[in-house]
Amino acid sequence: MALERLFRRKRPSGENRDVPELWTKCEACGAQLYKKEFRENLYVCPKCGHHHRVPASERVEMLADAGTFQEITGLRPLDPLGFVDTKPYAERLRAYQEETGRKDAILGGTCTIGGVPAVLLVMDYAFAGGSMGSVVGEEIARGAERAAAEGRALVIVAASGGARMQEAALSLMQMAKTVMSLDRLWEKRLPYVSILTDPTTGGVTASFAALADVIFAEPGALIGFAGPRVIRQTIRQELPEGFQRSEFLLKHGMVDRVTDRRKLKGELVRALRHLHPGVPYAVGV
Amino acid sequence: MPLEFEKPILELEKRIAELRETARTTGVDLEAEIRLLEDRLARLKEEVYGSLNAWQRVQLARAPGRPTTLDVLEKAFQDFLELHGDRAFADDPAIVGGLAYLEGQKVVVVGHQKGRDTKENLHRNFGMPHPEGYRKAMRLMDLADRFGYPFLSFIDTPGAYPGVSAEERGQAWVIAQSIQRMSRLKVPAIALILGEGGSGGALAIGVANRVLIMENAWYSVISPESCAAILWRDAKEAPKAAEALKLTARDLLAQKVVDAIVPEPEGGAHKDPDQAIRNIKEALLKTLEELKGLSPEELYRDRYRRFRTLGAYAES
Repeated sequence: MALERLFRRKRPSGENRDVPELWTKCEACGAQLYKKEFRENLYVCPKCGHHHRVPASERVEMLADAGTFQEITGLRPLDPLGFVDTKPYAERLRAYQEETGRKDAILGGTCTIGGVPAVLLVMDYAFAGGSMGSVVGEEIARGAERAAAEGRALVIVAASGGARMQEAALSLMQMAKTVMSLDRLWEKRLPYVSILTDPTTGGVTASFAALADVIFAEPGALIGFAGPRVIRQTIRQELPEGFQRSEFLLKHGMVDRVTDRRKLKGELVRALRHLHPGVPYAVGV
Repeated sequence: MPLEFEKPILELEKRIAELRETARTTGVDLEAEIRLLEDRLARLKEEVYGSLNAWQRVQLARAPGRPTTLDVLEKAFQDFLELHGDRAFADDPAIVGGLAYLEGQKVVVVGHQKGRDTKENLHRNFGMPHPEGYRKAMRLMDLADRFGYPFLSFIDTPGAYPGVSAEERGQAWVIAQSIQRMSRLKVPAIALILGEGGSGGALAIGVANRVLIMENAWYSVISPESCAAILWRDAKEAPKAAEALKLTARDLLAQKVVDAIVPEPEGGAHKDPDQAIRNIKEALLKTLEELKGLSPEELYRDRYRRFRTLGAYAES
């Protein structure tokens, strides 16, 4: 439902990195940022700490140990319902594929994270608002099954407006499919860590993203079930300050930790080492 | 209130009644005229009800007088004993559930509950549950597992409640948990979409071994109005969205999202609720029979297979 955001906002700022200009602006405080430094600071504004969106491929670089990532995703979406709104879905898919160089809204692979064997899946908000249709659902189910089969931890970085409208009920069914696939990890006592980034809403929050053993959230990320606009329309009043932001969710008991992106890998590694039964006692890196 | 597309039918019915009344009070023989109009009425009904489009069915799914979960529990089951509360925060009137017998078989039942009039609708929050509703549902799933009784759910919601209170109490989290809890049931589970199957709030109690749907019910990832508001930027385009979403019973059967369709009386379940409820009972008994003899482990695996295979994609 929160897909509405996709149609209002332009591309996440991090996607503009190929533009030749050397400078960019913080979305929150407006500070002039030298792009190279901004990237080295993991798209966090050094002035105000605002966490900007990160392209999926760079998210992989931030979390996977250097040189260990082997891509396992690449399923192609279909248009099972022949969906047409103001534009045909098939056309929208082609446009997203050209824009992102990806088949659908997810990039995943095997890797190690702080030496712990893992399957890392990263949702790509730049592709149809990171929405979950049949491909995203299937990739997540396969990722969980693969992790279980190979004794790996599962790490999913969520960034999504929710289930994809253009695949309608089939998208809805991916919520059940992804949730059920997590049982394979449960059976093998393998850890599943979920990282909620801006934004994570709708059918993604309400399925696999909420069911991890440990849930991290990035500071200031919008996380929830219904989108803020829908809620505002329902209750016909302004929403409380900070509503549906990571810190709000921490306060209400929905996430384990709100972690600055610059410390995220370190904390993720600690969590994986604590949880993974195959990793011996190890403090520090 | 008549639905727009039914008005010609209702007008014709009214004219026939008037003619009958005239014949009775004046003694004039109008049999030939009446028979002519009745023939026309039969043809008109066949024409209208035989080719309902998606939006018309959405309207039927919401029609006042359509059987609600409590109507079904009271008429198709025996000795329904309602159980209340989530043991954590509150009792949610938008989800009802409890213990019942179906033709003498012990079962645990849960369903969304809409109001049957405006006052009750306010009390029931129009069938839009808060987190405590799903926690109550999960509690009843535990009960079904503990005693080994089949779990039957009735889906009829525009969606889970999108409000501040629901978000504060973890709406997304409980929906995810309810999907997971239901998928792990060790007993036969059947879900029936009675009216509206609105998104995650519907699926939360829809992860069954067999999913049935009423002939005029709908089930999708979003309501036609919300879909239209986002994709067409105008909620009034809901009829187009309803068509595009392929949300009717027959569409869903083709997508394998549902396993069987329960027929409704002509013109919709609200035209003859008792007949609709008899059809529901028959379908539930038949489906329970199909699941008989599966072990707890087989039931779990059957449910996994059912949902694992849904979706459409191409290998890279």
